[in-house]
Amino acid sequence: MTIQARFGPYGGRYVPETVIPALDELTAAYERLKDEAGFQAELQSLLKDFVGRPTPLYFAARLTEKLGGPRIYLKREDLCHTGAHKINNTVGQLLLAAEMGKKRIIAETGAGQHGVATATAAALFGIPCAIYMGVKDIARQELNVVRMKLLGAEVIPVSSGSQSLKDAMNDAIRDWVTNVENTYYVIGSVAGPAPYPALVRDFQSVIGCEARAQFMEAEGKLPSELIACVGGGSNAMGLFAAFLDDDVPMVGVEAAGEGLDSGKHGASIERGHRGVLHGSMSYVLQDAYGQILEAHSISAGLDYPGVGPEHSWLHDEGRVRYDSVTDAEALACFTMLSETEGIIPALESSHAIAWITKHAGDYGKDDAVIINLSGRGDKDVHQAARALGIME
Amino acid sequence: MSRLEEIFRERSKKALLMPYTTGGYPTMHECRHVLEAFISGGADMIEMGVPFSDPLADGPVVQASTQQALEQGVTPDDVLQLASEFSARIPVVLMVYYNCVFAYGQDRFIEAAAAAGVDGLIVPDLPVDEGTEFIDICRKSGVDPILLVAPTSPDERIELIAKSASGFIYCVSVAGVTGARTSLSDQLPAFIARVRKRTDVPLAIGFGVSTPEHAAEVAKYADGVIIGSRLINLVGEAPDIDTAGRAIRTFLNEVNEVLK
Repeated sequence: MTIQARFGPYGGRYVPETVIPALDELTAAYERLKDEAGFQAELQSLLKDFVGRPTPLYFAARLTEKLGGPRIYLKREDLCHTGAHKINNTVGQLLLAAEMGKKRIIAETGAGQHGVATATAAALFGIPCAIYMGVKDIARQELNVVRMKLLGAEVIPVSSGSQSLKDAMNDAIRDWVTNVENTYYVIGSVAGPAPYPALVRDFQSVIGCEARAQFMEAEGKLPSELIACVGGGSNAMGLFAAFLDDDVPMVGVEAAGEGLDSGKHGASIERGHRGVLHGSMSYVLQDAYGQILEAHSISAGLDYPGVGPEHSWLHDEGRVRYDSVTDAEALACFTMLSETEGIIPALESSHAIAWITKHAGDYGKDDAVIINLSGRGDKDVHQAARALGIME
Repeated sequence: MSRLEEIFRERSKKALLMPYTTGGYPTMHECRHVLEAFISGGADMIEMGVPFSDPLADGPVVQASTQQALEQGVTPDDVLQLASEFSARIPVVLMVYYNCVFAYGQDRFIEAAAAAGVDGLIVPDLPVDEGTEFIDICRKSGVDPILLVAPTSPDERIELIAKSASGFIYCVSVAGVTGARTSLSDQLPAFIARVRKRTDVPLAIGFGVSTPEHAAEVAKYADGVIIGSRLINLVGEAPDIDTAGRAIRTFLNEVNEVLK
């Protein structure tokens, strides 16, 4: 089966010629392995015994009661090993890298979740690993930096540009261009040049496949809405993919940061324009000359001026609605979910919680929705505590 | 035949000298001095970069220069302006990342480049497969689309690239980003031979060429030598632009000697 490289006008491979043969090699390897029984068996076994899947689809009774809207189910990706959905993709890609005989792993990371998940999978396979991370993110996600180092990864600070995810990705690509013969680049979102957007979506689609079956069993019908936060968009694509052929509405929640009109946000779809960033055509936050703008979000995982190309296409097609919530709204729900359900959500996932909190009134009592709780908030407690005034 | 192909064909030296600088670096005004120094240093062609916020094919030296230019508000129009000031005297090629072309409007950008007398456009993140439309528009506008080949390119891709190439083919000396290196790859002769076998279009080598010795080596098998980061370093290290200009002239003269 061929791997989808374009999503309408979006996607493609806008990268230096040097790495095109490596993308061809990856595409061929993935085409060969994706439906191969042995590969799938190994992947399923890792997802079950190492990652801890399936993750529960949890009926949030107190949250449902509090909001007085639809019945709310949380897909508990926060319960995955390493604390977020990112590991679904990294074990899959490491399995590919090992099959391809690659001797070195690199990745970029924003919040550090993808870095930790990559370092974890690299340790599992015994392959040396280097993680690029912006110095601004290193400062705000110290816990994850320590975790990566404990897992044996080298963390390479990136001080160019906005010193966050975008620049970490630039430097990871530069490393890849330089060491492409022996190095496998683990992209952490449904972004980058083809085949990555399709490949990462496929590895994350386990989220939606499980959720669909679990929801059918619990409710005997399809959900009224799917809600997931969108930075690059991998947890959202992972949930949405299994429902795209169903008559199920979906919302992708982007980071409105300090407000869409403040200029400090990460809402690439709502406020960006079509352009090329990190190897694919998609919606991009940019100025009139095509210079990429700095994104902003309280959550490092949503602090990215681009978005996966498939999301841009789903937006243009009207298949998925994209909306946004602010830092303040997300922070309020970070606390609210902790108190209401005994679950401390990642600041990224708090955006999805905040969206349903705002829109609960739009649903009837018979409606039931799935929210992708993409990660847990342990990594965010210092930052949230400072923002909430709990500690200095 | 385009002006670029003409100067390659009619050259009297082993390889053409093709210095690179970032447009608008260190300032618009001082960039003019740098370009003058290129000409008086014996350049056969000027390559100028359009500053971009995320230059992922470039190493730290070019990155820092584009950052500095952007901080002063240098735009693609400014670089086109510089090109128009020099293109009557010497062939000019621009290196521009695809998002700058796309945001400007592909047709409009190529048209504006043609109007500024630009001879060729290098888009380092637009491989030939994605560039079909771009290449067509370039041809219609009389601008050479300068395509890149890499040591990692298999023979079939080199053939594909050669089919669409004109002006010259930019051969990337090593897998990597731009930047001065202490030595050239020992795989370079075999790589260039692989390309040569598949095209009559002139071949220029860039990425890592930073000394007269490198240039002498490259001139043994290529038609053009591209030097960038080393020259930007000369500008960055000089106390003022006049000193920088002298340093560039001296350096380029030395390189020119070995190319004769």
